[in-house]
Amino acid sequence: MSAPLLELKDLQKYFPVKTGSLLRRKIGWVKAVDGVDFAIFPGETLGLIGESGCGKTTTSKLILLQEAPTAGIIRFDGEDVSGLQGPELMRYRREVQVVFQDPYSSLSPRMRVGNIIAEPLEIHTDLSREALAERVAEVLELVGLQPDLARLFPHEFSGGQRQRIAIARALATNTRLIVLDEAVSALDVSIRAQIMNKLEELQQTLGVSYLFIGHDLATVAHISDRIAVMYLGQIVELADSLELCAKPQHPYTRALFTAALPSHPDERHERLTITGEVPSALDPPSGCRFHPRCPHAMPKCAVEAPVRKEIAPQHTVACHLY
Amino acid sequence: MAELLRVSGLQTHYTSFGGSRVVKAVDGISFTLREGETIGLVGESGCGKTTTCLSIVGLLPSAAHIVGGNIEFDGEELTTKRAREMRHVRGRKIAMILQDPMASLNPLFSIYLQVAEPAYYHQRARGRSLRQRVRELLQAVRIPSPEVRMREYPHQMSGGMRQRVVGAIAMAGGPKLIIADEPTTNLDVTIQAQYLEVLKDIQRETGVALIFVTHNLGIVAKMCDRMAVMYAGKIVEQGSVRDLFRAGRHPYTQALLGSMPKLGSKERLLAIPGQPPNLARLPSGCAFHPRCPHAMSRCIEEEPVERLIDVQWTARCWLGDREPAKETYVSATA
Repeated sequence: MSAPLLELKDLQKYFPVKTGSLLRRKIGWVKAVDGVDFAIFPGETLGLIGESGCGKTTTSKLILLQEAPTAGIIRFDGEDVSGLQGPELMRYRREVQVVFQDPYSSLSPRMRVGNIIAEPLEIHTDLSREALAERVAEVLELVGLQPDLARLFPHEFSGGQRQRIAIARALATNTRLIVLDEAVSALDVSIRAQIMNKLEELQQTLGVSYLFIGHDLATVAHISDRIAVMYLGQIVELADSLELCAKPQHPYTRALFTAALPSHPDERHERLTITGEVPSALDPPSGCRFHPRCPHAMPKCAVEAPVRKEIAPQHTVACHLY
Repeated sequence: MAELLRVSGLQTHYTSFGGSRVVKAVDGISFTLREGETIGLVGESGCGKTTTCLSIVGLLPSAAHIVGGNIEFDGEELTTKRAREMRHVRGRKIAMILQDPMASLNPLFSIYLQVAEPAYYHQRARGRSLRQRVRELLQAVRIPSPEVRMREYPHQMSGGMRQRVVGAIAMAGGPKLIIADEPTTNLDVTIQAQYLEVLKDIQRETGVALIFVTHNLGIVAKMCDRMAVMYAGKIVEQGSVRDLFRAGRHPYTQALLGSMPKLGSKERLLAIPGQPPNLARLPSGCAFHPRCPHAMSRCIEEEPVERLIDVQWTARCWLGDREPAKETYVSATA
């Protein structure tokens, strides 16, 4: 396998929790991301799945350098990104782009679509006006929109078309990694299928990598090559997408699959075995963080945190059962 | 089982600019529901699912009016009832669960008061028996330690728990029909699964009928006996969930099923080209024809009539009972 494009090593992000108004005392930490490791290879889609509050979005913010990690390393192209400055930082920002969930708030209503897409190009390149317009037309066509739509405003488009515009903007600067943070969750089913097919097509032609963050198992499994399952700030299982669907190992992953909705009325799932809800990241359980909800919890689980280890080729699980 | 609800030819239109502009949000839909049965109303946003439900419970916004058709519920006609009479139907016979539990709970009242209110008015429970009733309701929706939780306020509960409280309120008046409008859209997957199990258990115990409004076909597959697929204010196909999943006749039904990602399969999804239509400017003939892969000249000129395909199975498509050519879909998904 080639060298990874992006590599996270033991990444941590703790947010302080303060109290009072005048003497702001720290009363604890929210461990939003607590020791996350994974790698994304060129031309690959890594799916990141988990329930709300598990640290998916914080992870994406760390990758986009919108937050500084408390500890740990992010390497892009083999280089540590924490010390990047000046032109090096610009290059990183040019090559790593993002598409958010809500295309109604991620596009400025006061700019024409052409200017929205041209903005990153104006910042990162010194193309002439003609070359800019040409590039804008080119990426619009890539995402399946008419190039002459560039003079319209975002409100003239539907949700699916706006998401295409957001993808076009992310692609404009010869991007190598796009973080798709719940990018298809807000779309109607038929439109969602259009966008997912488009994303796959673009990956095949351009070789761009995706970090696909989502909470719907079927959607994430469909688009991803590999999937990382996140629970309370930690990756509990990481495996090839088809292998994970066939043989989920971690009790939490299995619970996610049991909870997944059937794709046919005759498909019967066993009854969900886990109860309760995700505990607060402010005061996570000791040992394995899943143990209070786990149907297989042993005394050891409450004491010792499991380390993620390989149980099959390219399949790692953090659980004392293995 | 006896018939509980019969909606026939219901038309609900929104009018604006003094009636010069009319949006036909619901345009002649008919379906029936038997006691204890679950029907799923499926479709994309803006197809008239929610307007249908609001017409049934009589909570339409002031711009919307029922201009035609009948809603017969438990032997009574609902469309001609006055607001005061509807108050005895809502809560007591028909209850509704909405998408956002925080918007349907009052932040200033305790859980106890909110769950007790329908039982107080509709079942005339008082004092100790009222308290007992609230405890039972909270137990029915699997809220742990109900005695403690009933003294709390909505902000002290998580989203899943709040939605369960809304479920308890819906059950409090002892309804025969619950309309659930996208009840789990805001919930996490494991919480959603727990909530759907709770609803199923309640239905098994009380025999209440359910109308499930959703755009998620997985929920329909899990929960419903029958489904009605809506497009641009009309039911384009309805029948048993099993029949429609196996051999849906309408191209839109097939397309919806094809655009659903399936676990453990990387098959290319079947995307419906184009956008759902604007209800104010509907295409001529069959509203689906601009997006339909089987559109014929007849579809542009004439609106298809509802045809019977099998027992309890109808579709509105000129392809009629001739099986649409499946090949185009097979090649598109391969």
